[in-house]
Amino acid sequence: MTETKTSGNRSRETRIGVIGRPIDRIDGPLKVRGDATYAYETTLEGTAFGYILGAAVAKGRIAEIDTGEAERAPAVLLVMTHRNAPAQPDFGPAVTPTVPEVFTRARPALNSERVRYYDEPVALVVAETFEAARAAAGLIKVRYDEEPGLYDLPAHVADAYAPKRTNAGFETDSVIGDFESAFAAAPVKVDATYRTPFEHHNPMEPHATLAAWSGNELTIHTSAQTLANFRAGVASTLRIPPERVRIVSPFIGGGFGSKLIAHADTILAALAAQVLQRPVKIALTRQQMFANAGHRAEMIQQVRLSTDTDGRLTGIAHDVWSATSSFEEYCEQTAVFARSLYAAPNRVTRHRLIPLDINRGEWMRSPGEAPGMLAFECAMDELAERLGLDPIELRIRNEPVQDPERGVPFSTRNLVACMEEGARRFGWERRNPTPGRAREGRKLIGYGMAAAIRPNYIGAATARVAIDRDGRVTARLDMTDIGTGSYTILTQIAAESLGLPISSIKVELGDSRFPRTAGSGGSWGAASAGSALHNACNALKQRILEAAASSEASPLRGAGATDASFADGEVRLGQRSTSLADLIRRIAPDGFEAEGSVAAGAATQSYKAYSQHSYGAHFAEVAVDCDTGEIRMRRMLAVMGAGRILNAKTARSQIIGGMTWGIGAALMEQTVLDPRYGHFVNHDLAEYHVPTNGDVPEMEVVFLEEHDDKANPLGAKGLGELGVCGAGAAVANAIYNATGVRVREFPITLDKLLPALPVIAI
Amino acid sequence: MQSFTYERAASAEQAAAAVAAQPDAKFISGGTNLLDLMKLEIERPAHLVDISRLPLDRIEETAAGGLRVGAQVRNSDLAADPRVRSRYPMLTQALLAGASGQIRNKASTSGNLLQRTRCPYFYDRNMPCNKREQGSGCAALQGFNRTHAVLGASEACIAVHPSDMAVAMAGLDARIETISPGGETRTIPIGDLHRLPEATPHVETVLGHGEMIAAVTLPPPPPGRQVYRKVRDRASYAFALVSVAAIVEKSGDRIRSARIAMGGVAARPWRATEAERTLAGAVASDGAFTDAAEAALAGAVGHGGNDFKIPLAKRTMRHTLAAAVESA
Ligand SMILES: Cc1cc2nc3c(=O)[nH]c(=O)nc-3n(C[C@H](O)[C@H](O)[C@H](O)COP(=O)(O)OP(=O)(O)OC[C@H]3O[C@@H](n4cnc5c(N)ncnc54)[C@H](O)[C@@H]3O)c2cc1C
Ligand code: SF4
Repeated sequence: MTETKTSGNRSRETRIGVIGRPIDRIDGPLKVRGDATYAYETTLEGTAFGYILGAAVAKGRIAEIDTGEAERAPAVLLVMTHRNAPAQPDFGPAVTPTVPEVFTRARPALNSERVRYYDEPVALVVAETFEAARAAAGLIKVRYDEEPGLYDLPAHVADAYAPKRTNAGFETDSVIGDFESAFAAAPVKVDATYRTPFEHHNPMEPHATLAAWSGNELTIHTSAQTLANFRAGVASTLRIPPERVRIVSPFIGGGFGSKLIAHADTILAALAAQVLQRPVKIALTRQQMFANAGHRAEMIQQVRLSTDTDGRLTGIAHDVWSATSSFEEYCEQTAVFARSLYAAPNRVTRHRLIPLDINRGEWMRSPGEAPGMLAFECAMDELAERLGLDPIELRIRNEPVQDPERGVPFSTRNLVACMEEGARRFGWERRNPTPGRAREGRKLIGYGMAAAIRPNYIGAATARVAIDRDGRVTARLDMTDIGTGSYTILTQIAAESLGLPISSIKVELGDSRFPRTAGSGGSWGAASAGSALHNACNALKQRILEAAASSEASPLRGAGATDASFADGEVRLGQRSTSLADLIRRIAPDGFEAEGSVAAGAATQSYKAYSQHSYGAHFAEVAVDCDTGEIRMRRMLAVMGAGRILNAKTARSQIIGGMTWGIGAALMEQTVLDPRYGHFVNHDLAEYHVPTNGDVPEMEVVFLEEHDDKANPLGAKGLGELGVCGAGAAVANAIYNATGVRVREFPITLDKLLPALPVIAI
Repeated sequence: MQSFTYERAASAEQAAAAVAAQPDAKFISGGTNLLDLMKLEIERPAHLVDISRLPLDRIEETAAGGLRVGAQVRNSDLAADPRVRSRYPMLTQALLAGASGQIRNKASTSGNLLQRTRCPYFYDRNMPCNKREQGSGCAALQGFNRTHAVLGASEACIAVHPSDMAVAMAGLDARIETISPGGETRTIPIGDLHRLPEATPHVETVLGHGEMIAAVTLPPPPPGRQVYRKVRDRASYAFALVSVAAIVEKSGDRIRSARIAMGGVAARPWRATEAERTLAGAVASDGAFTDAAEAALAGAVGHGGNDFKIPLAKRTMRHTLAAAVESA
């Protein structure tokens, strides 16, 4: 269970106006001291350790599996394979509707001799120690009947199909006007095809679970972004009622979308714990995470843009061909953002899928925008050059007055302001519009920019808040803090609402016994859980006021006023005020409790009536070595309009983290799928490159003052993913500006630049 | 990882004898390479002889005016040694360009020389790999071979030796001192330590079983300016795509002598003797550097994914030579 201790007295404990302040993470000291307990560190008496053996082939069936030697190995308690695993439901039909069953469906493991993807679990060894389990796993002999599989996306584009919907429930296609005719007739156009690779989340903490049964109650300590999904997924796989499953996940070492649903570590730990009647702990190894915990799929994206001679878009087409799994569909909403970004009378967006014999893709930070804007915002840059227009001016000329496809007004939209403010701060006027001209020594220097857009989602959430006789407040909800700062902003929200110091608030998260929220995903955590807590605090205040007005013990009794306020630890009613703690002690020695909720955004009137997005503008400066083609970042700037900022520090951290993902996507992140064997070749962190500190330059983040009253009661919008959106395109555009070489196959590694880089005299 | 027995050696002689006594025993120094490989069961020693605490961690002056570096000198310590920094700056540069601070704190001089390839197919036991499993084939040859060798490779294996340190040492004509189980010692020029794959890529060095590296001797620093240039996919913590270690000695506007070694291109640090020959006596000019680079890569063969390494190595060498001359 979570213990969120609030840090001691801050220099000045503020009450009103604590929302927005850049206060330090409340869980920071716990994490720095090593006192934040992660799933695999949780200890229970009698815990046994599991180790998963993965399939050596990507498609086929297990013809023979010899576990004898492993079973006889020292300290081994159980070797589980499809032959002896507890019965589970079948996986189900190959193609599933995208939402919402995908989050809750049974995900059986070790229940068939079929191998559907490389490194799929074929056995689990449980032993007294991790080392014994791992050693024994190495003694299992498996013979496979291997079958040929499909692993090559470009080779099978002709076999693509249209899914029923994309992820997050968007329409697969959108068609407005007559794009083809507009495109054919246009005086200026761009038709560019980009490729984006497989990518992996690689959170620092691997997927790990400790499962323990007590009678027929199952407790799962795991690393989960969304507890309700885990609960439902475990319950349906084990065929037990969800009420008998408790998920505990107080601290999470990153998720990035790879921990929205239960994976093999969770299912197998639960099954093994059931068989052995002992707690069982399993973590995926780093290598196993590449095949078993989701990925972003490889894609081919064609972007076609046409304008009149003034640079006003007459047509936008964004076509996406993405890899998916042969046994479970996932369609990233890659072109969906393009439906809202720029004005144009004729528009097409389409998503097509090519099934490969690989595991299913999963939600990966900024699903849709991350790959989609990488392509699209580069195409805008190509278009600006063709028109001889500044890229910012091109975007300003195509700024829509309302959502171009939905035809509804924007709630708030500060894209132009973001770009203009960014240009001023970045010194954009120093950019040489002719590429390949700016040189410093043997470095080619380039500037690039791109727009950012990310939808504002809100998920259904409930929070419970209680105040005790000492005026201490405890808020409970099954929200998670995946490193983003949920503990901190929720504390701030409660503190401000109740007019109490931060130190009086305790927020407890990550336990499915607490009221249900939408968890962390889709950048909706802060707004959803935050609004629920905000409403819960309002309900609590209402209860307090009602009692204060009527209770005989209340000093506020009969104040007869309606203008109440909670501030500085006091409650004021009309002219009278009293200490909140004192009041509670007098009128409710057992304290008060209240709940508050928000409904899912899609169901609300405001969501239907307004186009709700966060916006921003990214700027990047790169230096390219003219001899080797090595690309290094020099600086980056993001100007964001993302509603009300709940904590300036954690918000900035989210944005710079996202920008770092942009660097990764533009320059280095790529998992190579071997078309012969169907395995991810570079499946460890030595060979799958993410940016190191040395790759991340000076980064500046600016938030424009904004309050989106259509979005939610807080006026806040999601920003956990906004930093990624467009960031990579700004880098790619800067590379083009530096070199004059347009690489349309991501990541842009030096080997792709080199052939076109001229040899410069020494 | 399979279980193994472990002993801590009391002396170099005893360590060598202990490994020699068991066919599947191995030395362990910092363990930064060996333990990773053991976890993946790519290495499966039954017995480990820990030599990390042997008193082989000193850097001493030699009578000839060079340095003798003990096998257990940590990469960080070697890079930071003031004598190394002033007299062998390219060795410091190479060391600091390798791995990460944490790994360098643990990694030994001998372990660095004997670290194994990073070929991703070598790292996956389900893939054919002649180096890991003799005769199983080479998955990299027709596969993802972006990081692989363009020089000295064979049909059997196209892996590269990943060390940076060894490349600088090759340019410095380092000599490897070993001690054998019987207590006898020998000295091996660094260029002869690693074997090219030919038909037996699993045999990577000329060392016998139980033969332990005791030290690396650096001859007195050769005249001329030293530069180590590493080209990689990210700013830090990435293996070299190619690297060039160059020492250029000038006399007037002519090059008197040059020593050049390349990394990331072959199964061993690659001494570019042809390039050295073309430079000797040449006027220091872009043309001479370009000719040298052409000569160095004359026999290079790409395998698809790594074709770019040939022009990359040429461009890098040309510029590294110019940098060495410029700062001479
Ligand atoms: C993520 C990562 C990135 C890296 N990046 C780089 C890089 O950019 N550049 C680079 O150069 N290196 C890099 N390295 C490799 C690193 O330099 C090596 O792991 C390290 O130098 C090995 O030294 P060690 O002492 O730990 O060797 P160990 O792991 O202890 O041993 C390695 C091998 O040498 C043998 N051995 C050790 N000492 C002796 C001896 N005295 N006599 C005989 N045999 C011996 C062992 O038996 C074993 O086979 C990287 C490593 C990692 C994990
Ligand atoms: S290149 Fe060498 S190490 Fe790599 S797969 Fe081929 S044989 Fe194995």
